[in-house]
Amino acid sequence: MAEIELRSLRKTYGKVVAINDLSVHIPDGEFLVLLGPSGCGKTTTLRALAGLETLDRGRILIGGRDVTLLAPGKRGIAMVFQSYAVFPHMRVFDNIVFGLRMRGVPPGDQRTRAHEVADLLQIRNLLDRYPAQLSGGQRQRVAVARAIVMRPDVLLMDEPLSNLDALLRLHMRAELKRLHRELRATTVYVTHDQVEALSLGDRIAVMKEGEIIQCATPSVIYDTPANRFVGSFIGSPPMNFLSGTVAGADGSLRVEVAGTVLALPPRAHPAGGTPAQVTIGIRPEHIAVEFSAVPAAVPAQVSVLEPIGSHQLLTAQVGADIVKVTVPPEFAAEPGRAVWLRFDPARVRLMDPATGQAIAVS
Amino acid sequence: MTLRRLGIYSAALVISAWVAVPLLLISIAAFTPRDVLYQWPRPLWPEQFTLETMRFFLRFTGVWQSTLNSVFVAVLTIGLAFAIAAPASYALARFRFRGRDSLQLAILATKMFPATVLSIPLAVAFIRWHLYDTLLGVALVHTALSIPFVTVIVTSVFVGISYELEEAAMTLGSSRAQAFLRVTLPMALPGLAAAGIFTFVLSWNEVFAATILTLNHRTLPALIVDSVIGAGAPLHFRFAGGFFMIVPALIIIFLIRRYLLTLWGVTVR
Amino acid sequence: MVVAEADLVLDRPRPRVNWTPYVLVLPAFVFLGLFFIYPMVQAIWLAVTDPQSGAFTLSHFRRMSGDLYFRQAIRYTLTITALAVPLQVMLGLAIALLVNTRFRGHSAFLYLTAVPIGISDLAAGLIWLSIFTERGYLNAVLQKLGLIEVPAIFLSVERPDWLLGAVVLTEVWRATAIVMVILLAGLQLIPKDYAETASVFGAGRWQTLRHVILPLLGPSLQTALIIRTILAFQLFATVVILAGRQIPVLAGEAYFWYSLYRSPNVASAYAVLILLFSGSITWLYLRFLRPGEGRA
Repeated sequence: MAEIELRSLRKTYGKVVAINDLSVHIPDGEFLVLLGPSGCGKTTTLRALAGLETLDRGRILIGGRDVTLLAPGKRGIAMVFQSYAVFPHMRVFDNIVFGLRMRGVPPGDQRTRAHEVADLLQIRNLLDRYPAQLSGGQRQRVAVARAIVMRPDVLLMDEPLSNLDALLRLHMRAELKRLHRELRATTVYVTHDQVEALSLGDRIAVMKEGEIIQCATPSVIYDTPANRFVGSFIGSPPMNFLSGTVAGADGSLRVEVAGTVLALPPRAHPAGGTPAQVTIGIRPEHIAVEFSAVPAAVPAQVSVLEPIGSHQLLTAQVGADIVKVTVPPEFAAEPGRAVWLRFDPARVRLMDPATGQAIAVS
Repeated sequence: MTLRRLGIYSAALVISAWVAVPLLLISIAAFTPRDVLYQWPRPLWPEQFTLETMRFFLRFTGVWQSTLNSVFVAVLTIGLAFAIAAPASYALARFRFRGRDSLQLAILATKMFPATVLSIPLAVAFIRWHLYDTLLGVALVHTALSIPFVTVIVTSVFVGISYELEEAAMTLGSSRAQAFLRVTLPMALPGLAAAGIFTFVLSWNEVFAATILTLNHRTLPALIVDSVIGAGAPLHFRFAGGFFMIVPALIIIFLIRRYLLTLWGVTVR
Repeated sequence: MVVAEADLVLDRPRPRVNWTPYVLVLPAFVFLGLFFIYPMVQAIWLAVTDPQSGAFTLSHFRRMSGDLYFRQAIRYTLTITALAVPLQVMLGLAIALLVNTRFRGHSAFLYLTAVPIGISDLAAGLIWLSIFTERGYLNAVLQKLGLIEVPAIFLSVERPDWLLGAVVLTEVWRATAIVMVILLAGLQLIPKDYAETASVFGAGRWQTLRHVILPLLGPSLQTALIIRTILAFQLFATVVILAGRQIPVLAGEAYFWYSLYRSPNVASAYAVLILLFSGSITWLYLRFLRPGEGRA
């Protein structure tokens, strides 16, 4: 068990900056998800933590010990690779005990510990098989078993579910969550799938261009994204963005959107004050649809209505902006029809249109 | 559709015959009694086969010794070529480093300087280096000739084995060397063996350098060329020699038939 | 935040150079220098210096070009190359396309047609000698068919065209396999989708081959052409076995000047000439047969 401290990590490949001055503290036992689009540096960060990449600068501390220059095998970590990297020329059993063998654990202990984790991952009956005889999901379990049999202080996972089909991914996601609850190893998990991140992480670090944009619990990330990027990256469909104009602030903040004035909770004044132009961020489920004009509802026009099982997705035009709204399955409206959208004022997020940074509620 | 199938099969049949018939004919010739070979009218199929022709060839002065020489040179070539090319292949497959592209290009460019160009200047140098007329000298030139092939093949074998496997081994406590020995090497063995066998064929078949660089310590091809040019060896010696030369090659090509495409396919790039 | 001293130590301005790959490529590097760069320089040196005085001279080139066999050697080498290489490429392409149809038995067919890869130019010469020699199989067949009474002499100085034909045939028989395997490997890199797309848009088999497959096969064809042409300039044992010196070729002349006339200098001049030929033909191929951008 160990906490992790990443201090000012920097890594470049020639002129490309993969990680730019990245610092994060991960408390003991936490499940931290590194989330971001491809090329954001999340995998490089994980590999640097594993010791598979040499850094240009910065230090890595695991359990208070500086491991920056240590070989991967000496860091007390274990890793699950995206491709699983299960050794194809070894039986499942030999795969699982490979690390124990490298450590010189006595054969008897190797056997007991291998059986323990095999039971935990329900692959006891596969121990004598070769990886070629296993399904993708089974290979994945072997990769996880091989990592946790080491009883690592830190467990690293690089997109472990990305090669599984949708159903299996859902199942293994729950399995990984259960495993983490049982083992409580500090876990760093890389993914580009925001649903995975929301469901697994104690905290999510959203990354972009080698930097952490926001690092917080899933609910904070979802409800109060730090900027436009985070809001648009998380949530399916993502947050809606509309342009608005500040009309006045007397007790509440009044913002005009498409001719309608919304009364919003007041905001803290950032340096330089609230800009006159703002971007309004609102999630699709925080919008109500009305068929007649009601006070503080924004007029819109229906473009498309898509059923997606448990609910429907309404796409509407508000001025020049497009807004997506989740509506109940029984909702009906033909394209072209005029509707009025009521935004939940408590859920509206304001952003500076120039920087994309959120303006905090005061 | 059936007409197309007919076309495919007849074309395949004609081409198969074109390749196979000469092989069959040299095999028959190698076991045809000597006097039948010089008869007229010449029968296509001898009434009886004999080992006499092959025996004559194998007992011919120097044949046995030069066969041993050929095998020795080929084995030495495999050893040298792997010792030199395998580490470079591993580096090319696993590391990005400055000069990597130029090295790869240089190795491919060496294909442009084949035996003819190398042998004559090296013969002069070998006299100075006391390597002239030695099997080591021949093996060194064969090594030079096989390095482009071995490097390209072995590199592609290593590239074919995911680096993540080695990384996984390293996260599990292996050193880089251990990871290579326990994970990559066992998986690479079949491909490496194929490359080795290929090198053997290359050395076994090489004529020009062996002829130029030896005098008394002939390899088999050098001895045959010498006997034909210098001594005007009789026809039955030539036929038996031709057959004897192709037998190991046939067996070996059969052994590595699975790798033929990869071997040559990858040498393309 | 307080920065500990250790932090500063690790604040390397630049990534550390990893020396491992350089150590690994060192032996290859040294060996290539010793056995490729050195001989090349040495060949040029031998070709242009006087063996006694070490002074610069073109006398070896003059001796080479003044020799009776010189013009013939160039002419025959180029003729054989010009005849054999296109035949090899056409036949190799045909075989590769046949194998790629995956007809029943295509793998046995592939193995059989690939067999000559393992056969040396020397052995190939001896094999075809058994066919073309005076009491060879060709005469035996002709006699059986009643076409001749006395054996015809194919391999004689009086019939240089026959000699040339025998050499070209042997070369085609032996080296088509290499071309075939290179082209087949190239063919298998071409995703099936392209041909399928073409057929969906109404292209027939020949049109698909001409407009889709062959252009995509460009790089493999180029490689096959370069490899075969360079090796055709090396032609030695086949010619020596079938025609002796009646068909002089460049590599053969290099051999005779070295072994028979004991003149490493003139032999080196030939080596330099072969090098120049190989280099310029490769350049020509790369320059004028450049495949399009971004191909497999």
